[in-house]
Amino acid sequence: MLTGSGAILRSLEILGITDVFGLPGGAIMPFYDELMSSPSIRHILVRHEQGAGHAAEGYASSTGKVGVAIATSGPGATNLVTAIADAHMDSVPLLAITGQVFSTVMGTDAFQEVDIVGITMPITKHSFLVRRAEDVPGVLQAAYHIATTGRPGPVLVDVTKDAQQNVAPFVWPAAVDLPGYRPVIKAHGKQVQAAAKMLARAKRPVLYVGGGVIRADASKELLEFAELSGAPVVTTLMARGAFPDSNTLHLGMPGMHGSVPAVLALQESDLIIALGARFDDRVTGKPSEFAPDAEVVHVDIDPAEISKIRTADVPIVGDVKEVLVDLAASFVTASASHAPDYATWWARLEELRERYPLGYDEPTDGLLAPQYVIERIGQLTGPEAIYAAGVGQHQMWAAQFIKYERPNSFLNSGGAGTMGYGVPAAMGAKVANPDRTVWAIDGDGCFQMTNQELATATINNIPIKVAIINNSSLGMVRQWQTLFYNGRHSFTDLNTGHDTAMIPDFVKLADAYGALAIRVTKKEEVDAAIALANETNDRPVVIDFIVSADAMVWPMVPQGVGNSSVQYAREHAPEWEEE
Amino acid sequence: MSHVLSLLVEDKPGLLARVAGLFARRGFNIESLAVGKTEIAGLSRITVVVDVEQAPLEQVTKQLNKLVNVVKIVELDPTQTVEREHMLIKVRVDNSTRSQVLEATNLFRARIVDVATDALVIEVTGDTAKVQALLRVLEPFGIKEIAQSGLLAIGRGAKSITDRVLKN
Repeated sequence: MLTGSGAILRSLEILGITDVFGLPGGAIMPFYDELMSSPSIRHILVRHEQGAGHAAEGYASSTGKVGVAIATSGPGATNLVTAIADAHMDSVPLLAITGQVFSTVMGTDAFQEVDIVGITMPITKHSFLVRRAEDVPGVLQAAYHIATTGRPGPVLVDVTKDAQQNVAPFVWPAAVDLPGYRPVIKAHGKQVQAAAKMLARAKRPVLYVGGGVIRADASKELLEFAELSGAPVVTTLMARGAFPDSNTLHLGMPGMHGSVPAVLALQESDLIIALGARFDDRVTGKPSEFAPDAEVVHVDIDPAEISKIRTADVPIVGDVKEVLVDLAASFVTASASHAPDYATWWARLEELRERYPLGYDEPTDGLLAPQYVIERIGQLTGPEAIYAAGVGQHQMWAAQFIKYERPNSFLNSGGAGTMGYGVPAAMGAKVANPDRTVWAIDGDGCFQMTNQELATATINNIPIKVAIINNSSLGMVRQWQTLFYNGRHSFTDLNTGHDTAMIPDFVKLADAYGALAIRVTKKEEVDAAIALANETNDRPVVIDFIVSADAMVWPMVPQGVGNSSVQYAREHAPEWEEE
Repeated sequence: MSHVLSLLVEDKPGLLARVAGLFARRGFNIESLAVGKTEIAGLSRITVVVDVEQAPLEQVTKQLNKLVNVVKIVELDPTQTVEREHMLIKVRVDNSTRSQVLEATNLFRARIVDVATDALVIEVTGDTAKVQALLRVLEPFGIKEIAQSGLLAIGRGAKSITDRVLKN
C-alpha cells in the first residue's frame, strides 16, 4: 500500500527517472513531501515553472531521455504551458506532472484551480487526469510510453490532491494498455524499394534531413546511407548536428536563413528524400513554389505529416532509423541495375558552394560582429559541447556559424520560436551532461525572459556558460522592420547595449546571481573571455557581448515568396538556373 | 462533399472535447455528430459527418487517428451503408389542418408521439432525404420546434467495425 504521491515517486523510480525540475505549491505538496526523501531522484528547484519546462526539454533534447517538469495547480500549471507547447512543436519527450485541487471541489472555481488538461489538449500528445490513487502507476506508465515512443512529445499528468493523499495498493501493470496507440515502426518494403529505385535514377537528388533523425537516434544510419548514395544532404534547424558539418556531402541548413547551396539544392532538385522532416513553412517558403521539379519521398513516423504540406509521391511511414537501413540495402540492389550519376548535379552544387559561402560583413559602426562572437565560441569550445540557443537572430547565427558534428549538440526552439528557451534549456542539458561544456547562446531580449534560472544554476552547482549577444534590441524583429517596414523600429529597442542606459546592467545582474560576469566590447577581448568561461566550472558564467544592432541574418528568403527569391545579402539575389 | 466517418473510441472523460477540439483547430466544420456506446464495454462509437474535400479529409482522419483514445476510424461508403437520422418535429395544428398533418405523417411512415389541441409532435426516422422531405411537407402548417439526432450509420453485411479490434 502506498499513498498516491508515494506511487508517483515509486513509478518515476521504476521508469528510471533520475532528475526532475519543478516548483512546489499547495496542490502538489503531498508529492513534494515524498520527493524530499527520495535517494534516487534529484529534484532541481527552479524559479519559474516555465524554466522547469524548458530545463526538462533541454535535458530530453540533449540525451533522448524523457524530461520531467513538476508544478502545482492553477498558475503553476499554466506557467508550464509555453514549454509544453514548445515540446509539442519540436517533438520533445516531456512528462509534465501537475497537482490539481481536490477532486471534490473540481469545477467549483476553487483556489488555484484551472482545467490544465483542457488547456493543454491541443499542445500535448496526450493528457491524463488522475482522481484515484490506484490509477497512478498505470497512468504514469502509459504517459511515459506515449511521450517516448513513436513521434515523441509532451504528456501531461494532472493529479488531484486527494489522489496524492489517499492510499491504495501499488500495482505496476505488466504491459501498457493503449488500444488506440500503435505507432508504425517498420515501413512497407515495397515503398522503400520504390524510393531506392527513384534515388538511383535521379539526376538531382537531395536528402532533406529533419529533427526526426535526431529524435530517432539515426545519425549513424544516415551517415552510412548518405555516403553509400553520394547524394547531397541538408539539415534543417531542428536537425543541425544530425549529419556532420565537416562531411563534404553536407550543404548546410535550408530555409529562410539557410545557406544558398542548401536552399537552391532543394529548389532545383528532381528528388527530395525527406527524412523526419515536416516541410515547415520556414523551410519551404511559399509551398506552391517549393522545389517545383522534385518528386518527393517522405519518411516519417507520424503518418499525419506525410502529404500534409507537400504531396508525397512515395510515402514511407516508419522509424527513420530502421527505414534508413532498409533504404541502404535497397539502394545497393537498385544501383546495381542502374548506376546513379550525380556528377553534373555535384558540379552545380560545388559552384554554388564556391560562389555563395556563408559569411558576414563587419559592422560599419565599429561594434562587434555578433557572427564573429558566435563563431569563436564554437571554434574555441568544439563539437563535443552542447549549444542551446534562444530565439531570433542569435539563434540563426548559432545554427549557421557553429559547426556541429554530432546529434543532440544544438538545442533550440524551432517550431514554437519560444524566446527565453536558452538559459533553462542549457541548464537542463548540463544536468543531463555534467561532463560536457554547455553554452547558452542567448539574446538580450531572450535573456530577460528567463534569466532568473541563473539562481537555480548557481545554487545547484550547474555551471552553464551564457553568451548574451547584446544588440540592445529585439534583433530579428528589428531586422524585419529595417527590411519590410521602412526602417521604422517600432518598440524593439531594449536599451541594454551600446550607448544606452544599459538597463539592466547584465554584468551586475549576473554578478548578483553569483555567476562569473564578463563584459566584452572589443574583438581582441573575445577569445580570452570565451577561454576564461570554458575554464570556469565552479559557477555559471555570463558574458555580455556588446554587439552591433545593425548586423543582419543572411542569406534570407523573405516571407511569403518562393525559395528561388533567396537573397545572399541585402538586395543581392544569387543567379540560379531557370528551366 | 459530405463524408461519414465512424470512430471507434475509448469511453474516457474529455474524449468528445478532444475530437471536437481537433476539428475546430484544424478548421473543419462538423455537420452532424452522434455518440453512443457499442456492444463492447468501454468502447463508444462516434459518427461524424464532415463537409470537406478528399485531401483535407485524409489529413483530419490522420490527425484523429493520432488521438490516443481513438481506436479506429472508418470512412463509410454511402453505397454500402445504412444511414438513419431521428427527428422530433412539433407542428402547429388546428381542426382544419390536423387531418392533413396526420395523412402526411402516415405517408412518411412517421408516428405521432404527442397530441395537444394546437400541436402534434411527430417522430420520424430515415435517411437524410426522407427526413428533409417530411419537413418540407410539414412546413406550410407551421413548424414550432425541431429536435434532431446526428446521423447514425452502419456498414451493410456481416463485417463489423469492432472485428479486428476484438482480435487484438
